[in-house]
Amino acid sequence: MADVNNTGAHLGPGERGVGGTREGEGLSANGRSGAAYLKDNLREYGMLFALLAIVLFFVAILGLRENPIDFLSPTNITNLFLQNSYVIIMALGMLLVIVAGHIDLSVGSVAAFTGAVAALLTVEYDWPVYAAVPACLAVGALIGAAQGYWIAYWRIPSFIVTLAGMLVFRGLTLWILGGRNIGPFEPSFQALSNGFVPDVLGAAIPDLAAFERQPNWTALIVAIVAALAIVVIGLRARSRNLQHGMEVEPNGIFWARNLIIAAALVFVGWKLAGFRGIPTVAVSMAVLAVIYAFVTESTTIGRRIYAIGGNLKAARLSGINADRLTFLTFVNMGVLAALAGMIVTARLNSATPKAGTGFELDVIAAVFIGGASMSGGSGRIVGAIIGAFIMGVMNNGMSMLGMGIDYQQVIKGLVLLAAVIFDVYNKNK
Amino acid sequence: MTVLLEMQGISKTFPGVRALDNVTIQVREGEIHAICGENGAGKSTLMKVLSGVYPHGSYDGVIRFAGSEARFRGIHDSEAAGIVIIHQELALVPLLSIAENIFLGNERAAAGVIDWRTTYRRTSELLAKVGLREAPTTPVGDLGVGKQQLVEIAKALSKNVRLLILDEPTAALQETDSQKLLDLLLELKAQGVTSIIISHKLNEVRRVADRVTVIRDGATVSMLDAHAGEISEDRIVRDMVGRDMAHRYPDRVRRPGEVLMEVKGWKAKHPEHMDRDFLRDIGFNVRKGEIVGVAGLMGSGRTELAMSIFGRSWGRDIRGRVAIGGREVDVSTVPKALRSGLAYVTEDRKALGLILEEPIVRNVSLANLPGVSRGGVLDEAREQAVATRYRAAMNIRTPNVFQKVMNLSGGNQQKVLLSKLLFTEPQVLILDEPTRGIDVGAKFEIYGLMNRLADEGRGVVMISSEMPELLGMCDRIYVMAEGAFVGELTAAEASQEKIMSLIVREHEKQEQVEMEAAHG
Repeated sequence: MADVNNTGAHLGPGERGVGGTREGEGLSANGRSGAAYLKDNLREYGMLFALLAIVLFFVAILGLRENPIDFLSPTNITNLFLQNSYVIIMALGMLLVIVAGHIDLSVGSVAAFTGAVAALLTVEYDWPVYAAVPACLAVGALIGAAQGYWIAYWRIPSFIVTLAGMLVFRGLTLWILGGRNIGPFEPSFQALSNGFVPDVLGAAIPDLAAFERQPNWTALIVAIVAALAIVVIGLRARSRNLQHGMEVEPNGIFWARNLIIAAALVFVGWKLAGFRGIPTVAVSMAVLAVIYAFVTESTTIGRRIYAIGGNLKAARLSGINADRLTFLTFVNMGVLAALAGMIVTARLNSATPKAGTGFELDVIAAVFIGGASMSGGSGRIVGAIIGAFIMGVMNNGMSMLGMGIDYQQVIKGLVLLAAVIFDVYNKNK
Repeated sequence: MTVLLEMQGISKTFPGVRALDNVTIQVREGEIHAICGENGAGKSTLMKVLSGVYPHGSYDGVIRFAGSEARFRGIHDSEAAGIVIIHQELALVPLLSIAENIFLGNERAAAGVIDWRTTYRRTSELLAKVGLREAPTTPVGDLGVGKQQLVEIAKALSKNVRLLILDEPTAALQETDSQKLLDLLLELKAQGVTSIIISHKLNEVRRVADRVTVIRDGATVSMLDAHAGEISEDRIVRDMVGRDMAHRYPDRVRRPGEVLMEVKGWKAKHPEHMDRDFLRDIGFNVRKGEIVGVAGLMGSGRTELAMSIFGRSWGRDIRGRVAIGGREVDVSTVPKALRSGLAYVTEDRKALGLILEEPIVRNVSLANLPGVSRGGVLDEAREQAVATRYRAAMNIRTPNVFQKVMNLSGGNQQKVLLSKLLFTEPQVLILDEPTRGIDVGAKFEIYGLMNRLADEGRGVVMISSEMPELLGMCDRIYVMAEGAFVGELTAAEASQEKIMSLIVREHEKQEQVEMEAAHG
C-alpha cells in the first residue's frame, strides 16, 4: 500500500510536468469532444450557466429601463450576500439531510425560535453576545437532536417529525415573544449580519493618486487570491485524476469554467471594494461552504452519509452506523438553522413572530435546484449554493423590477419545477 | 409447424457498444423456445427490442409476429399483440389481492365501476389453470416467491397471451417450486401457448425446451433442436462460452486445518412472530482452509442464520456464542462483526449489497473506509488504487473503476460485492448464494476465488439452493430445515438424495409436532 500512497500524494514540480503531458493523452484517450462532454454533464454546467443567464437577464432588463438601475451595483451585490446568507447556510445542512434520504421542514420555525431566544437572552436578560451566540447554537443542536432522535432511532418518517417541529417551534416562538417584536440589539450582535471586514490590507498600501476614492484593498485582494486558489486547486485535482485514469473535463471546458468563476469572483471583489468591503456574513458563509464541501467530498463521514442515502440496507451491512449518522445530520441542521436564525434576527434588528416563515421552502428548493435527488444519495454542496443563489438573485431581481409577491412566487415555483424536470429528463435520456 | 415469431438480423447499438449484432431467432407456434447466453450476451436487450421497450426504428432488422411485420412503439403495442414478458423482478403490488393484481390496468369494469363478481370468477378460473390453490382475495404479499410467479403467469394468461416470455423464472425459486413451474410450462404448451424461456439453469432448459437459441457477444451462435437430439448441457455451455468446459468446478487440494470459527447454541426469534424461536439451537464450525456448505430449502432459515450472526442484522432476542480463532468474539453489531474477522456476502446484491448509483471504486471501499483514509480524510488516490487492484484480482470486466455498478452484469456486480468484503480482510466469509443469477463463466471464476480464499487459510461458509454446486465445492455440508441444523455430511458421503431425505424427515417431524399441538 505504501507505494500507492506515494503516487497519489502531492505532486512535486517534476511530476507536475508529467501530469501536463498526460493531460493531452488523457484527452485523446477519452476521444471525446468538448461538446459531447458538455452534453453528458449538462446538469453540472447547466446550473452555473442558468445562474449566469439569470444575472445577465436582470442586468439587461433593469439597465434598459427608462430610469435604469445597475443590478450589479456594489450596494446590490452586498445586498445579495446579506439577503441570501441564511438560505445558503441552511442549504449546507439541508443538503446533508437530503443526501441522507430525509427532509427537514422545521428549519424556518427553528430559525425563528432561536432568533427569539437570542433576543430574549441579549435584550431582556442582558446576556453578553459571546455567551448568547453559543447558547443559541446549543439550543439549535438540542432541537436537531430531539427531532433526529425520533427519525434515526425510532424510524419515524422525517417528513412527519419535522412537520410537527415546524408547528411546535413556530408556536414556541409566538409564546416566547408573546406577540411582540423584541429589539433592537446592541451593535456587536447586529454585526453578525451587518458587519464588514475591516480593510486591514488597505492600511498597508499607500494612497494611490489614480483612485478618486481608495478602494477596499482587502476585498479585492481576497477575491483575487480566492480566484487563483480555485484555479490552482482545480488544476491539481485535474492532474491527479488524469494520473489515475479518471475521465476529466476537456481542456477547453475546464479553463472556460474556471475562468468564468474566477472572473466573477474578481468582479464581485472589485464591486465590494467600491462599497464597504466584504460583509462578515460572506466570510462565514464562504468558510462554512468550504468546510462542508470538504466534509461531503473528502471525509469518511461524508462518504457514509451518501452511502446511507444511496442504499440504507447495504450501508448497514457494510458496517456503517446509519442511525447515528442520521441523528447527527439533524443535529447539524439544527445548529445551522440556529446560526441562520441569529443572522436573520440581527439583520432585522428585532426578533419577530413571523421571522423565517417559508424559509424551509427556499432552502429545500435551493438544494433540489442544485441537483440533489429526492430519494437521497446524490447532490453536491456547490450545487446547493448555486441553487440558493439562483433563488436569491431571482428574489432580488424581481423585487427590483417591482414585481408583486404573487408573480414572484409563481415564477419561483415554476423555476423549481423546471430544474427538477430538467434533471429527470437528463437522467432518462 | 407455423412460425409465430421471427426476429431477423436484429442489431442494436448503444453509444460505444454494439449490444446486438445481427441476431436472428425463430419461434414456432406451440413450442417452448429457450434462449441461453452468458450475462451481457444480449438476451435482455433482445427481449427489450421484442417488447417495444426499444421502439421500432431504434434498432435495425425486422420482427415478424403472427404473420405480419411488427413495429412496436412501446410495451403497450407488444402486449396488445399478445406478447407478455414476465421479468425476473416480479411486477406485483404486494398489498393488493391476487385478483386485483391479475386485472391491474385491465379491470373487469363497467363505466369505471369494478365488477367484482366477474373479477373473482375469472381469477378462480385462471388460478385453476396455473394450479395455484389460493383465494382470489389473498394479498400477494402473503404468498411466497414461487406462488407469486404463478400469479404473474395467471396475469399473462388473462391477457390472451400468444407468446409468453419468462426471464429467469426459476432464479429465485427453490427446487420443488421450480419443478412445478416447469410442469406448468409444459402443460400450457399442451394447451397451445407458445413460450420463450431465458434461463441459466441448463438442466431445466434441457427438460422443457423444444429448441434452444444460444447467443454470445450479441450474436446468434447456434440453434439446437431437442427433437434432433442436439440439446445437451455440455453443448449449450460450449456454445455459450465459446470453449469446452471440462470441469464445472475447479480442482482444489483439500487441507482443512484447525477450527477457525465456532458457533454454539445459536437461537433467534422472528421479528414478527415472537412466540417461538425461528432459529433453533444451531451449532456449527468452520476450519481454516475449509469450504462448508449450508443446504436447505428456501425458508429454512439459512439467510436468517447468517444475518443474525453478522451483527444481528436479522431477528430479535438473539442468543448464542461465536468464537473465532479460539477466542469468543462480540458480533453484536456489523462493525464489531467485521472487526472480529467475519464477513457476510448477501444473496441480494442489488437491495442489500451495492449502491447501484455509485461507481465501483466507492462500493469497494465502503465497508473499510478507514483503510483508505487518514484521520477521517479520504485518500482518493489510495482508494482508486485499492479498487483497481481488486478489479484486476477479481477480473471485473470494465474499462476502469469509475463505472456505475448498476451498468454492470450480474457476475461483475457479484465480484464488486466480494471485493468490498474482501477489503475488510475477513478470516471467515459467509457467502449467501454467491452464484445466483450469474452466468456460467462468472460462476467458474467465483468458484475459483472461493478455492483461493480457502487456500489462503480462511474459512468459507457457502449457502446455496443449488445442490450440485454445494456437492461440487464443499468439504462438509450442513443440512438446514425449519430453522435448525438437521444433519452434517462430509463431501464423501453427501448426495442430493441424502440431503433431501434429511430435509423431508425434519418436515414430517415438524408437521407431527404441529398436529399434536393443534389437537392437544
